[in-house]
Amino acid sequence: MPEAALGPAPAEVAAVAAPRGRSWSRFLRRRTAVAGGVITAVFLAATLFGAWITPYPPSATDYNLTVAPPSFAHPAGTDDFGRDILSRIIAGARYTLGMGLTAVCLGAAIGASWGIASAFYGGAIDNLSMRVVDVLLAFPGILLAIAIVALLGPGLLNVVIAVGFFSVPTFARLARGPALAAMGLEYIQAARAIGAGNLRIMARHLLPCALPSILVYVTLRIGTAILTASSLSFLGLGVQPPTPEWGAMLAGGRLFLNVSPHLVLAPGIAISLAVLGFNLLGDGVRDALDPRLRA
Amino acid sequence: MIRYLGRRLWQMIPILFGVSLGIFAFIHALPGDPARLLAGPEASGQDVAAMRARLGLDRPLVYQYLYFVRNAAAGDFGRSFRSGEPVVRILATHFVPTLVLSAASITLAVCAGLGVGILQGIRRNSVPDYLSTVVSVAGISTPTFFLGLLLIYLFSVDLHWLPTGGMGAGLRSLVLPAVTLAAEPAAALARFTRSSLLEVLGEDFVRTARAKGAGERRVLARHSLRNALIPVVTLLGLQVGFLISGAIVVETVFSWPGLGWLMIQSIAFRDYPVLTAEILLFAVEFLVINLAVDLLYAALDPRVTYA
Repeated sequence: MPEAALGPAPAEVAAVAAPRGRSWSRFLRRRTAVAGGVITAVFLAATLFGAWITPYPPSATDYNLTVAPPSFAHPAGTDDFGRDILSRIIAGARYTLGMGLTAVCLGAAIGASWGIASAFYGGAIDNLSMRVVDVLLAFPGILLAIAIVALLGPGLLNVVIAVGFFSVPTFARLARGPALAAMGLEYIQAARAIGAGNLRIMARHLLPCALPSILVYVTLRIGTAILTASSLSFLGLGVQPPTPEWGAMLAGGRLFLNVSPHLVLAPGIAISLAVLGFNLLGDGVRDALDPRLRA
Repeated sequence: MIRYLGRRLWQMIPILFGVSLGIFAFIHALPGDPARLLAGPEASGQDVAAMRARLGLDRPLVYQYLYFVRNAAAGDFGRSFRSGEPVVRILATHFVPTLVLSAASITLAVCAGLGVGILQGIRRNSVPDYLSTVVSVAGISTPTFFLGLLLIYLFSVDLHWLPTGGMGAGLRSLVLPAVTLAAEPAAALARFTRSSLLEVLGEDFVRTARAKGAGERRVLARHSLRNALIPVVTLLGLQVGFLISGAIVVETVFSWPGLGWLMIQSIAFRDYPVLTAEILLFAVEFLVINLAVDLLYAALDPRVTYA
């Protein structure tokens, strides 16, 4: 549970929701949050422009130079096919980070709709749908993801679905709370009185109440999603080897651990740094937007 | 208390039904026909039909579901596609290694996490405090499988102190997997213990205790820790869930023949009876642990009563 564990003690923060304008300055005051933002920006740049900035083509082999240690020509060395590891790391950001980001956004969109609809319709529907959420939460996250991948088969898209799906129940519960609180307020009645439809009330009047918590949790969740996605690939259930996904690269490099540890070190450090960046950023966003969410 | 326990167990029943329904749907959504798979590649259409009848697959779905639930409740999950052994016996053999590994990791995580967290709480903003913070943030961000491989490289490949995997070397082979699995929960517990203790140390009753002339040791042991540990227990419960899922990765890295390792094997061999039984087992385990955590509150906090 990385999101529960980062950040200073509750006692160090005044638990007051501040007006929107102060959020930015509060974010910038925390050096770790800014550092997280910078790390994240670098990785996002690699995700977006990776294909154009690799020093070598990521799948170009050189059989005269296999498992070479780091050198000037190959700063992170080469792998067992003589491919440049640095290029593969840069090109792999698209897969590892892309999967994490897409999965969390997918989970947040479905989960938030679920939670808000549940709060809106209330009664038996609410009760039933929250029991379903309980059941889904009864599974530890990666187990649910593994079950889904076992069902759908390995592959990029299936990992995104699996990792996204295991975020759905959490987001559903997170969105339902504020939406339910808002349902009791007069402006919802007023909206209904002037003839707003169900969908409009949910999207325009309930969603904004839940949005801050959802946004904060999205940033906090990305680190976990990246870890889960790369774990699946490492276990051989996710993205398959020729693709330069970091977890898959690590699994492949494992065989060479005793002779050339750099095959494992490079992708491992890349995953750790990316997760660290997103975790620090997530903590900063939480403090800036919604200090009450602090665990 | 007894009534509370009864109610909680009662509430588990619908959740378990939901889980079993999910698993049932899971089996039926799987690609491939189990009857054809079990009958073998050379079976005729008639053989497959006979096998289908024997497995009850020709009955209505509702009947099949009830049959599945009845058998599952009696502990009968059929036989492994791979070895033909009863699933229950396979699970039992792999349960012990996982139990040993989890117990060792929980013990390690609690000792290290609470120890470091309390130290950080008392010596706030000291060098050890900052150092521990850096280590625990790094620990939370490092993937379990990467940490495991780093430890193998350092202690097995480079120093030759410990075996790289398996269970052959007894206690020595337990060290690396247990440390790897304990790392994340320990880091999270340390962070949480620190902040929880700091919060309690700022409370009025701590000041009162000090004003009455209680020594620092007594203030900490009698007044602060007990209160500070209540939220920590919640986190511990969540971390136990992590241990279950983390075990899948750690057991694979260290070839530790537990339930997690078995799960990856049964996915690779499409051994669905084993897989479904295992998913159900994990869910039950998770629910029981959550209940145990809730009961622990009452032991720690006299204000919590279960009416």
